[in-house]
Amino acid sequence: MSALLEVKGLAKRFGGFTALENIDLNVQQSERVGLIGPNGSGKSTLVNCICGTLHNDAGTVTFDGHSVNGLEAHERTHRGLARSFQLPRPFASLSLAENLKIPMFYTVHKRSGTPLHADNVDARCLELLKLVGLERKAHHRPKDLTQVEMRKLELARAMAAEPRLLIADESMAGLSHSEVEEILALLKRLNESGITIILIEHIMSAVMSFSQRLVVLVTGRKIADGKPETVVRDPEVVRAYLGQ
Amino acid sequence: MRNTIFFLVSLAVALVIYFGLRAFGIDYLFVAGYVIVQYVVLATAWNILGGYTGYVNFGSAAFFAVGAYSSVTLITIATHIEDWFSESVAAALNTVFPLPIPVLVVIAGIVGGLIGYGMGYLTLRLRGAFFAIATLALAVVLATLVVNWEFVGGSSGAYVIAPAEMIFFKSYKEYLFALMLLMAVGSLVVARAIERSKLGYGFAAIRDDELAAEASGVPTLNLKLVATTLSGAMMAMAGAPFPYFIGFIQPSSAFGLEYAVNSIAMPMIGGTLSWMGPLVGAVLLGTLQQLANVTISSAVNLLIVGLLLIVFVIIAPNGIVGLVQDRLRARRTK
Repeated sequence: MSALLEVKGLAKRFGGFTALENIDLNVQQSERVGLIGPNGSGKSTLVNCICGTLHNDAGTVTFDGHSVNGLEAHERTHRGLARSFQLPRPFASLSLAENLKIPMFYTVHKRSGTPLHADNVDARCLELLKLVGLERKAHHRPKDLTQVEMRKLELARAMAAEPRLLIADESMAGLSHSEVEEILALLKRLNESGITIILIEHIMSAVMSFSQRLVVLVTGRKIADGKPETVVRDPEVVRAYLGQ
Repeated sequence: MRNTIFFLVSLAVALVIYFGLRAFGIDYLFVAGYVIVQYVVLATAWNILGGYTGYVNFGSAAFFAVGAYSSVTLITIATHIEDWFSESVAAALNTVFPLPIPVLVVIAGIVGGLIGYGMGYLTLRLRGAFFAIATLALAVVLATLVVNWEFVGGSSGAYVIAPAEMIFFKSYKEYLFALMLLMAVGSLVVARAIERSKLGYGFAAIRDDELAAEASGVPTLNLKLVATTLSGAMMAMAGAPFPYFIGFIQPSSAFGLEYAVNSIAMPMIGGTLSWMGPLVGAVLLGTLQQLANVTISSAVNLLIVGLLLIVFVIIAPNGIVGLVQDRLRARRTK
């Protein structure tokens, strides 16, 4: 079976600084992959290159058997790649329900080709907000939300685009233990509904319990890729995190 | 309220305003009214780019002048037909020229739209202050071109004589006012329709967070080009009847600072998030300026704008309409 996402020989440079070098990564349909690495190791740059926010200097990104190199971020979203941002980036002047309407109008609608009925859109927005437990605040603005609610909104908006692959970029940073559990349960539910998930996270307990496979980036290179239990015992990974 | 109903209601309001002013029988009211209504169009046009997508355009005066000078060009061409063409061709052309003002308005819209599209294409990779400076540069470039273009009068300006006789209307100023009022209705209908459409949601997403908009599937560059084109076209349309209104046009009047300042200040004061904002701002500020014109002096206009801007930035950063909407929302979600 060919992989849903295939990254081959990917490199990204910013001037003289090499942020990513020769990255290979395959993600299978319905897989849960954890991506870890110390700060500055290139995790977010990799996400940006996969999602089209940045364009890679070398290598290819293939999604569902088609190269997405050179496609803009919105075109990749149309093909089923969605992401949440490390720092929540809600549409501040719109209500929560309207925040979710944007991907519905511009991605789901475009993909299906038939106009969505306004009632269906409203119902779907509420359904998604319910999934993340925000239905009571559907008509509030993002400024009324707490940090954990903001992250849930971020995930709900990524979900509204009905993606096949969801990349959650540090969705749990700064949250309490119970809040982390809440988000993890949510991500697992999404995965059970057939969505492939790449989880980028610093909270090791969360990554370990969530991931079926763990990938480690250090200074722009991939140093490990395999079963989480094996990877965390890898001497090179231990060295990267704890030093020598 | 559906778009057609809104159109009919605003048309009815426009008719009431028109016949109301006509009942006074004072021609000056149409002159003052024209200026105010012209600002409704300009402010609404500015708001489509500046308010809906958040890209601040300092070059409104340039688009206004593009409209005015596209009319001057066509009017000047009409006076040269006999020199340029053989008798039979000239006779045929003279049946069309001089073009009626509504046609000039449409042509100005096309020219302004093209320039708006071009400006968008060249500058939309810039954001924030950089975009604003680029639009200011565009205004300077266009003004320099017009100053050096003898055909439309260059720096010494050009006279445009309005026909003395009118059908139905008592004076030419009255006709121009009615036309501009109709354009204001049109621009409000367009702005309101955008606001409640998929396009409007896309614009709002761009304004709030362009990166997140792209990630949600919004084709940001295309949408911004739609906004610059539409905004440019509407501003130029507002400028098209200006030569007939003013009678003598020169670059300093068409590219006047007050157009650039007012078309930013009016939506800011009224509120940039809704079609009502530019309308409220233009009527309020425009009326104040006209009152100051006759009671104090025309030089005090920009002072009023400056003071009001300072006051509103402090007490109502989202404008009058924003202030009211926030209050209503707070009451509802309590």
